Amino acid sequence: MPALLEGSEAIADAMVAAGCRFFSGYPMTPFTEVLEHMAAKLPGVGGTCMNAESELEAVGMAWGAAATGTPSATGSTGQGLSLMQESLAELTYAAVPLVVLNMARAQGDYWQATRGPGHGDARMPVLAPMDVPEATELTQIAFHLAARWRNPVLLFGDYYLAHTSTSVSVTPLGLPPVAADDWSLDGSTSGTGRARLVSPLGTTKRNDRGGYDLAEHYARCAARTEEMLAGIDPLVETGFTDDAEVVVVAFGTPAKYVRAAVSRLRAEGARVGYVRPITLLPFPTEVVAQAAAGARVVGVYENNQGQMVDDVRLAVAGATPVEFIGRLSLDGSGFGIAPDLDGGYVRERIEELLA
Amino acid sequence: MSTVLTRGTVVIDVEACKGCDLCIDACPPRVLEMTVHEVNTRGYRYPRLLPGCTGCQACAWICPDFCFQVYKYDQPIALTVRDGS
Amino acid sequence: MSGTSHHEATERASMTDYVATDAPPAAGAHLVDDFTPSLLDIGEHSLCPGCGEPIAMRAILEAIEAVGAVSRAIGVIGIGCYTAFSNNLDIEVLQALHGRAPSLATGVKRAKPDTLVLTVQGDGDMVNEGLQEVLHTAARGENVTCFMLDNGVFGETGGHMTATTALGQRTKNTLDGRDAAQHGFPIRLSTLIADLDGAAYVARGAVNNAGNVARTKKMIRRALETQEAGLGFSFVETPDAPDYLTSTLAPVHAPGVLKDVRA
Repeated sequence: MPALLEGSEAIADAMVAAGCRFFSGYPMTPFTEVLEHMAAKLPGVGGTCMNAESELEAVGMAWGAAATGTPSATGSTGQGLSLMQESLAELTYAAVPLVVLNMARAQGDYWQATRGPGHGDARMPVLAPMDVPEATELTQIAFHLAARWRNPVLLFGDYYLAHTSTSVSVTPLGLPPVAADDWSLDGSTSGTGRARLVSPLGTTKRNDRGGYDLAEHYARCAARTEEMLAGIDPLVETGFTDDAEVVVVAFGTPAKYVRAAVSRLRAEGARVGYVRPITLLPFPTEVVAQAAAGARVVGVYENNQGQMVDDVRLAVAGATPVEFIGRLSLDGSGFGIAPDLDGGYVRERIEELLA
Repeated sequence: MSTVLTRGTVVIDVEACKGCDLCIDACPPRVLEMTVHEVNTRGYRYPRLLPGCTGCQACAWICPDFCFQVYKYDQPIALTVRDGS
Repeated sequence: MSGTSHHEATERASMTDYVATDAPPAAGAHLVDDFTPSLLDIGEHSLCPGCGEPIAMRAILEAIEAVGAVSRAIGVIGIGCYTAFSNNLDIEVLQALHGRAPSLATGVKRAKPDTLVLTVQGDGDMVNEGLQEVLHTAARGENVTCFMLDNGVFGETGGHMTATTALGQRTKNTLDGRDAAQHGFPIRLSTLIADLDGAAYVARGAVNNAGNVARTKKMIRRALETQEAGLGFSFVETPDAPDYLTSTLAPVHAPGVLKDVRA
């Protein structure tokens, strides 16, 4: 039954539908409403929503809850995500599932999302919805991926997603259940000689001597990361790329505008197409390369100083010129409400490539 | 020669000892004494036991390296002490 | 001050008076204390000779058994010398980052309220890096028990000043002794926590002699019982050092029970 919901609420409903029973957060625009909605919804399904004293504690509480096998999530906006980076990296080393929301301001957090989390060789799958209905699906996929790979997974949203109200119904996707949990903590293995350990320093208890072997552990983490990245099929949407001489790559909300502009230009006879990465990590490298192969130029449109353009260049590998046609566009609030996100403006930027 | 009533005894894991001396002062009847010249394979001096242990467990509680196993005799025994000290 | 020391040249007793300690008595005796507490898998560690942290760890593990909570116990361990133990404990362990154990413990206990959740953190971890976490966890009255192993320094990284270092105490970066004008004043964390309404049991107990170990064991047990009774946040700080350091820390962080809502 569709309802008129703001994106934050639809995403909250999707989290609850995915089984999330613990959420923690700290208010920060434009993430705050997600926290409000989870605080309202979780108690009714036997879950807990915590107001943490900072983003550091928000990710900490979610880590603790997730370690008990409870599907958990946290979130913030880019600045708050910055505070969480150490923990997110260490969560990958500890093999703990967690869904993390970035309700971003503009799109300047692309590097934070895909080159992060944090330090070392940690990697975190990133899903970037374009609109609220897609967000409700990707949220459920995020929980599935997190549990399947025992890793944090980031949902990359933005101000528009959080605050746009649309008619939407959250449809449970019915994703396959993941393997039985043989690792989480509830106290029951204490005192048995086989007490479980959840640690970013090592995931198995040593029985020969005390302490950790970090060389061995990080090697295993690297192998797990490789397996995860190889095991996730990148999600991507393409349009009109078969005979396109100009291909435009965009993600998230701006991709809606690019898609609309490209459709209009196509209807007028221009040979233009688009590629919309939905998983920013793993990046749909092959699809981008394929679309670029027959094109004269690839344009990358994003609301920042040029971040995803790096991944497009890597994918294209010099076969076709790549041009950055985006720019940082904000209104006075700084929250990412972009004056540039206007069908006319986006079309103009693409037309410059066609000329 | 005299005898000392002894209510308990300990097994000492000499190789685990790091020579910290905490047990010497912790022992209420003062029946632990560090070696002076003997050392374990890691080079640390270690405690030796004299007659008079009461099995009070103070050494086990205070030892940071878990070197002591404490036993209590079902009946106190009399141990002889040659020097009468 | 100490008894037989390394500096005495002679042994007190004749070699032949020593009692054999290499094997248990053949008969007529019963075991009263094993090498390691049953919840410690491996006693071997590379903490310094005489360090009080293993002494406190032993007391904590024995208290978990004493309150009958073994099969519900989850330890959230901080980062410091004692972290090496997190791989040796026969209780479920959630390893946290420096300062972050209280927030993880909060998440565990909220998700699984029937577990016995405790943190083990050093003074550097808890009072420097993680001051915000422990204060808020106490203020919220989370039903967890936090243990601070206080040796007045950042031990694992080489012995530098922390927020609990006493005035006059020499550390690697206060070689002339901590000076208030340069380094400010120590934080008496237990005192701060006792003032919070959410805190139900707050105590400090030394472990520098057997008598103090016995007293501290009672405090630790009482803290865990406070959690089991659902009364709010419980906290025990153990100044964890041999005599000379305990006597430096004790005037600042005075041993005793600061708060007990059940008293």
